[in-house]
Amino acid sequence: MYYSRRNPWAGGPRVIQAFCDWLSNTPVSLKIQTVLWIIPAVQTIHILSVSFVMASMAMLDLRLMGIAGKRQAVSSMVERFVPWVWRVLLILIATGAILIVGEPGRELLNWAFRTKMAMVATVSLITLFVQNRNTRDAAFWETHRIAAAMVGAVSLLLWVAIVTAGRWIAYV
Amino acid sequence: MSILRLCTWLEGTQVAGAIRESTWLFPTIETIHVLSIVLVVGSIAMFDLRLLGLASRDRSVSEVYDDVMPWTCVSFVCAVIAGGLLFSSSATKYYANVPFRLKMLTLLLAGINTAYFELWTRRGIAAWDRAADTPRAAKLAGGISLVLWIVVVACGRWIGFTK
Repeated sequence: MYYSRRNPWAGGPRVIQAFCDWLSNTPVSLKIQTVLWIIPAVQTIHILSVSFVMASMAMLDLRLMGIAGKRQAVSSMVERFVPWVWRVLLILIATGAILIVGEPGRELLNWAFRTKMAMVATVSLITLFVQNRNTRDAAFWETHRIAAAMVGAVSLLLWVAIVTAGRWIAYV
Repeated sequence: MSILRLCTWLEGTQVAGAIRESTWLFPTIETIHVLSIVLVVGSIAMFDLRLLGLASRDRSVSEVYDDVMPWTCVSFVCAVIAGGLLFSSSATKYYANVPFRLKMLTLLLAGINTAYFELWTRRGIAAWDRAADTPRAAKLAGGISLVLWIVVVACGRWIGFTK
């Protein structure tokens, strides 16, 4: 709507297109579309939330890979950061939902958005796994160095890809 | 030479032209800019929250500082380089853009706040390094920094809607 480069209704199964048509005409959606400051404000909160998650996960992932922050135990980093990631993820989902309600086609019919969601689901499972192993055995990620490095690398790549896909929603 | 003349010259360079004409260069550089900003804001927020006594209270201020600073510095440099390239592609338009000007002003204020903290407040750090409750000057520095960086992100987003 604001700066999509092409028709946002163009890509996706008919049922989703029909859903987007219906949703974009509801009073709440029209409100979000027409009140000028809602979408930029909600996007700003979304970006600030991503900042929080990205910074802490980047630090944790580089620690898992053994590249940075070796002064801290992996276990204490997991315990400090991961619970907050889940809480902030709720804010990300809430702000994301508002953006989707405001401009359904821009997201739901966009392959960059769908890819981003698949990656968010994947990295959430990985993070859950990291947390779970750590809870059972606080020394797990210190003793299984190679697994830690692989998990850290995949997680970091996913987060970078998620932010990239998020920005590219506006361009594809 | 006025700033406007400088912007016009910048826009006319080959690099600026290449970014303007390409379909993928601007989005790619913008993505790097966003990734860098995300890391700057996220890492600074960690330190600010420690200064405010709201997070990592079991760790000394210096420890958090040492963990966070490399991230903040490196990502800030990347953000500035990427931002400079983005700016050059439509320098005169950005220069006249209100939220852009506001963003630059806010960055300047954030820089001043940081400099003040570095040069003055941090001097007495040995006395409150391990305290969960930091002195008022430290709390102010952390609080002001958080607010300013939130404004920077908001202005940055606003540019995209008005350019």
